[in-house]
Amino acid sequence: MGVEYIYPEFEVIRNENRCITCRVCERQCANEVHSYSPELGIMLADETKCVDCQRCVSLCPTHALKIAKSPCTYRENTNWQNDTIKEIYKQANSGGVLLSSMGNPKPFPVYWDKILINASQVTNPPIDPLREPMETRVFLGKKPEKIERDKKGNLVCKLPPQIELSMPVMFSAMSYGSISYNAHWSLARAATELGIAYNTGEGGLHEDFYAYGPNTIVQVASGRFGVHEDYLMAGAAIEIKMGQGAKPGIGGHLPGEKIVGDVSRTRMIPEGTDAISPAPHHDIYSIEDLRQLVYSLKEATEYKKPVIVKIAAVHNVALIASGIARSGADIIAIDGFRGGTGAAPTRIRDNVGIPIELALAAVDQRLRDEGIRNNVSIVAGGSIRSATDVIKAIALGADACYIATAALLALGCHLCRTCQSGKCNWGIATQRPDLTKRLNPDIGSARLVNLMTAWQHEIKEIIGGMGINSIEALKGNRLMLRGVGLTEKELEILGISHAGE
Amino acid sequence: MIKTINAQGLGFSEINARLRKAGRSCVIEGCCGERFIAAGMSNKHITINGVPGNALGAYLNGADITVNANAQDAVGDTMNDGRIVVHGNIGDAAGYAMRGGSIYVKGNAGYRAGIHMKAYKDKVPVLVIGGVTGSFLGEYQAGGVIVVLGLEANGRRIVGNFPCTGMHCGKMFLRGECKDVLFPPQVTARFATDEDKKEIKEYVNTYCKLFGYDVKEIMDSPFTVITPDSNNPFKQMYVAN
Repeated sequence: MGVEYIYPEFEVIRNENRCITCRVCERQCANEVHSYSPELGIMLADETKCVDCQRCVSLCPTHALKIAKSPCTYRENTNWQNDTIKEIYKQANSGGVLLSSMGNPKPFPVYWDKILINASQVTNPPIDPLREPMETRVFLGKKPEKIERDKKGNLVCKLPPQIELSMPVMFSAMSYGSISYNAHWSLARAATELGIAYNTGEGGLHEDFYAYGPNTIVQVASGRFGVHEDYLMAGAAIEIKMGQGAKPGIGGHLPGEKIVGDVSRTRMIPEGTDAISPAPHHDIYSIEDLRQLVYSLKEATEYKKPVIVKIAAVHNVALIASGIARSGADIIAIDGFRGGTGAAPTRIRDNVGIPIELALAAVDQRLRDEGIRNNVSIVAGGSIRSATDVIKAIALGADACYIATAALLALGCHLCRTCQSGKCNWGIATQRPDLTKRLNPDIGSARLVNLMTAWQHEIKEIIGGMGINSIEALKGNRLMLRGVGLTEKELEILGISHAGE
Repeated sequence: MIKTINAQGLGFSEINARLRKAGRSCVIEGCCGERFIAAGMSNKHITINGVPGNALGAYLNGADITVNANAQDAVGDTMNDGRIVVHGNIGDAAGYAMRGGSIYVKGNAGYRAGIHMKAYKDKVPVLVIGGVTGSFLGEYQAGGVIVVLGLEANGRRIVGNFPCTGMHCGKMFLRGECKDVLFPPQVTARFATDEDKKEIKEYVNTYCKLFGYDVKEIMDSPFTVITPDSNNPFKQMYVAN
């Protein structure tokens, strides 16, 4: 109270004429916003605890609830905006580092929304995906430089290991621990049904999910949680996590409260202990050291698994990617600064890294210039929100995209951005059994399949409109893109012309 | 029958391919810096003559390795089970993220030995260094037992600078009173009681048997035991935004 008081960000607006005091809202809210007053015979709300996750709104049987942004604001100005002031108060109250969840919310340009896609008119015919076959399948991994033949003139078909995807989208890394068992299960089942891949994140692979191995990418991060020979052999590929778009340059920290039961066993650390992934891999200080980790993983898996190196998009990303392409890695995953997270220091999330659009274009161009583009596939992530973002990413040079926030939204996430609290009312970013059971994996996986199927239809339709019938023919095809409202420099980095040119 | 692999001119891939094909017992002769030897392997007894390269026994999954010389960096990286015995010194980052099994080193270790070792229930990795170690011993230690004996130290301090930085689980035993070692504020270093010493008796025993030292003489000297004060050292640093 007093100087420490921060006015609630949201208002719970209850239509008393509709409320039947059934107390569903009270039972559904892990933040304990709602309560019943027997004296008054009505529902009360403690709005200081509300995070606007919309759970009560969605579940209220009489639609009596809505959550509104509070109109009570500080006397903000352009420099000192409401959030900026509030963050100062929070730090003055606590002395703590500000911790946030999900991707960068700041008003930086979203280049996807300033890029437009081409279509065929008159001089070359569009293709109708309802009538003609369209290929959305992609293979990720090293590609041969040239066609090889043996002495008899037969084609040598021995390729380095590849990941086969039915469409150029994968579910990106979210650890078991940061998200729930049911969330992982939903992702694993959907990936298997769709013929794509999901990613374990750095928390290991629950023993129940080894069955989904052919559609699983297993991650090795600096904490090496849950990493052992069987785990490495279980997946379709191994991903070395060097960085994450939401928090480049720092490690991960799963608080002890989330290290319970199976999470603890899967990570192989005691219950209640913080799971700390250090900022660096302490054995990697150079590309040569990275090569050592890449090859130790390849040796341990007998060269059967492609190795992905995931980095955050940072200023000199093209140079780093060039190093990675020479390290023996098969795939580079680049995570843009708008990528999500279960928890990251606010200041880092909002200020460190660069947009995926620019990073991707720069990396693809650099690898082409150096003649090593075939050494690696490129996977782009860090806020891919729609089928058109996927198409634009592929035209900028990606082989495939990673999505996570979009996948979580399909599972029920309402982007309240408080994953770090562990009280996710939608049963996703929590380990509380009463909450995790709210996510039904049958429904969750079906919704993910719906989302991806819809995107696949859209991708086919749009590339068909360009007169292209396979994803491969779109890759790096920047002539299919035009910018609007971009500067010369931005267009130069993106490698595209302005609309009208 | 013991299979012998002559490492000369083979390269690491070929050595490992031959190791996998070989039976349970195998000797590698003429090893000279070849990396990743025995990565991920189980059910094998491997003897190495010569100096193996970095990442010896990475992800080791139950194999038993004896090196009759020094070994280089990242010995037993992320090993899960098995044993590595080195009759010499080792380089940096030994036992990184090790989650089971044991590593016995007769001599000294470089920087960052035992970094981020973990443990879960009865799966407790053990790293025993007979000599002295470099800086950052047991950094981010998240479980397991690290024992440093400081034998034949020739006046050198038993551990370099900044041991136990970020340690949040597990235990470390350093022989001696360690008055000259500066520990970080988030750990407690105290003299080991007889009860504490019982915990490492078995490991010191094994060490002495392997390398020919007297158990009693080692165990009779004082030990310092270091444990973290909290399993959640970063908890207070954040405020939800």
